[in-house]
Amino acid sequence: MTKRPGSSGADEPPRVAWYNDPVKRGYIFQALTLLAVIVGAWTIIHNTAVNLEKRNIAQGFGFLATTAGFDIAQTPIDYPHDSSYGRAILVGLVNTAIVAIIGVVFATMIGFLIGVGRLSRNFVISRLCGAYVELIRNLPLLLQIFFWYFAVLSILPAPRNSLQIVPDWVFLNNRGLYLPEFHFGGFAGAGITWGFLAGLVISWFVRRWARRRQEETGQQFPAGWATLGLIFGLPLLAFIASGFDLTLVAAKKSTFNLQGGIQLIPELMALVVALAIYTASFIAEVVRAGILAVSHGQTEAARSLGLSHGQNLRLVVIPQAMRVIIPPLTNQYLNLTKNSSLAVAIAYPDLVSLGGIVLNQSGQAIEVIAIWMAIYLGISVTTALVMNAYNRRVAIVER
Amino acid sequence: MTDTSLAFVRKELAERRDPPSSFVGPVAWLRTNLFGSLFDALLTVMGVAIVVSLVWSVLDFAVVRAVWSAESGEACRAEGVGACWPFVEAYWKQFVYGRYPAEERWRPTLVFVLFAATLIPLAMPKVPYKRLNVIAFLVVMPIVSYFLLTGGIFGLVPVETTLWGGLLVTLIVSVVGIVCSLPLGILLALGRRSKLPIVKMLCVVTIEFWRGVPLITVLFMASNMLPLFMPAGMDVDKLLRALIGVAIFTSAYLAETIRGGLQAIPKGQYEGAMALGLGYWQMMGLIVMPQALKLVIPGIVNSFISLFKDTTLVLIVSIFDLLGMIQASLSDPIWISPVTGKTGYLVAAMLFWIFCFGMSRYSQWMERRLATGHKR
Repeated sequence: MTKRPGSSGADEPPRVAWYNDPVKRGYIFQALTLLAVIVGAWTIIHNTAVNLEKRNIAQGFGFLATTAGFDIAQTPIDYPHDSSYGRAILVGLVNTAIVAIIGVVFATMIGFLIGVGRLSRNFVISRLCGAYVELIRNLPLLLQIFFWYFAVLSILPAPRNSLQIVPDWVFLNNRGLYLPEFHFGGFAGAGITWGFLAGLVISWFVRRWARRRQEETGQQFPAGWATLGLIFGLPLLAFIASGFDLTLVAAKKSTFNLQGGIQLIPELMALVVALAIYTASFIAEVVRAGILAVSHGQTEAARSLGLSHGQNLRLVVIPQAMRVIIPPLTNQYLNLTKNSSLAVAIAYPDLVSLGGIVLNQSGQAIEVIAIWMAIYLGISVTTALVMNAYNRRVAIVER
Repeated sequence: MTDTSLAFVRKELAERRDPPSSFVGPVAWLRTNLFGSLFDALLTVMGVAIVVSLVWSVLDFAVVRAVWSAESGEACRAEGVGACWPFVEAYWKQFVYGRYPAEERWRPTLVFVLFAATLIPLAMPKVPYKRLNVIAFLVVMPIVSYFLLTGGIFGLVPVETTLWGGLLVTLIVSVVGIVCSLPLGILLALGRRSKLPIVKMLCVVTIEFWRGVPLITVLFMASNMLPLFMPAGMDVDKLLRALIGVAIFTSAYLAETIRGGLQAIPKGQYEGAMALGLGYWQMMGLIVMPQALKLVIPGIVNSFISLFKDTTLVLIVSIFDLLGMIQASLSDPIWISPVTGKTGYLVAAMLFWIFCFGMSRYSQWMERRLATGHKR
């Protein structure tokens, strides 16, 4: 038997040149990649250091303690005049969270309505919902924010001629939306809080008991209604027991402005409306896909078991659709949060907007951008981890 | 006894009768689709009311009450008028070309024509010479456009990028963004599926990093930090900075799209290629990538749509794209009026919508076309 170079016998190791061995090649290739990355990073760091020195820009996060000296239009947490840059960025973070949370709530409500509506048998409704999706998701978000802010909200009347949405209680003008403040009396406030908490705890036990009983005897208990009743009923009882101890403080007209009450600034409203409407068009598609993903056989099987239409939806279709809906839905929530950074275009004081001011005043671009990136990445990564855990829990267990 | 049989055997088929009138025709359609129940009827009436009021308010604003001709914004400032079209007429050229010098506007026009001439045949699957076409679109068109737009060669007057704007910049940012991010995205996608741990880790970190942060912060980073990264004395053009930011950002999203395509290629294709003795790059370049890329054409078009919408964000780093140009023109004191803003946004909305809707329809059509080829 003649041996060609490069081929090998059964028990010999293959005789290939070292540079053709895939394992060794892998090591060499990886070493080269790593080297390129390190050299690239070092060059960038070196250049940056030289440039910063030349421009006399300080380094490090010391600037966070410097007094900011600018005002913020919306301060959900205390922001006294001598606050630091760090405090300003924290205010921005809270403002971002406010927009994101309100936006997510509204986007979910609109999105589910539109998504279900698109599957409606009613011709007009399904087409209307389809048109909504096709119109809204093909328009840039920034355009929609501009539209709501500059074309709708800024041409509202001045505070003197406020529109009265609910006469004497809710006002709308070009400074924003004014809602009455809720002041609960001491006993009512505590009662409602404790009633709510007690409702949560008791309903958890009720549900557990109801499930046990159904497994043992087959008898059903309307646990959903009971939960609803407990969670809302107990606080309501406490409120009634306190003798309706609630004072609403509406905004009062002064010469040029409205005082008191809760003011939602127009920037916040424009941003929330635009974000909710825009994201809803994507959520609608997610919901539609999720419902369509539950095969019709499931519904037929449920009906042949004798489940009613409502039971079929509640026990068969929705739990399965949710499994498909939730991962992309979270993705949309994340997109909404990231898109809320467009606030900077209409100067809503969010993380990016306030960070931008700090960046311009202190000149410390790298540090500010690093803070932004770290916060947004933190949100993304946390969500991804939670999502992965959820997916593992709900994944279909194959037997 | 008469020979009559009571048995009856029918010789011919019974004549077809029409179904009951309540099951066919427009009446039945109305009953099932619009007035199935009281609630349904209520919804229908509400839906029709919404449609009518929306369509009417847009028509009323854009046509009925609109101002069609005026020398200045005076007419648009009158009480109760609709869209201010003369404003759009006066600014139209700026919406398209930005502040590009008027006598040089033929150059961007030529670029638009070149762009359309190379892209449209590329988008039509039936047109032959795809390979030449791809080279024309990805290599020839960008180089020619670059020299046409910047000038300074063949006797063309140099035009600084600060003067570029409008639809021109929107198209440049989105097309350059997608064209540059495609190779980068392919490399990242391949790296993420690589068996080499260091390469894989680097690619995963890169992709997840850029996907985890908003585009605005990326643009801020590109415009504020890129100059710091460069060796002293080297300046990067402002538009170029934004382009780099956009390209890196998009490549992370494209990488995930392409990875989806790579995962859809059956293992047999890889094994077949290896059995033929092809190396890694040959296998990827000749066997896997052509199939994977074809599969993800709809995904790439979708990325392009979202990039096209996201180009509006360059406004934040003071580059004036279509929306930026419109937004800037709204503060012109000659035309300022309560309706100017709405008119401008209506124009922007129509332009963006036509582009995006057209592309999304194309991607859906492509998806259906490609789906038939892969049915088993």
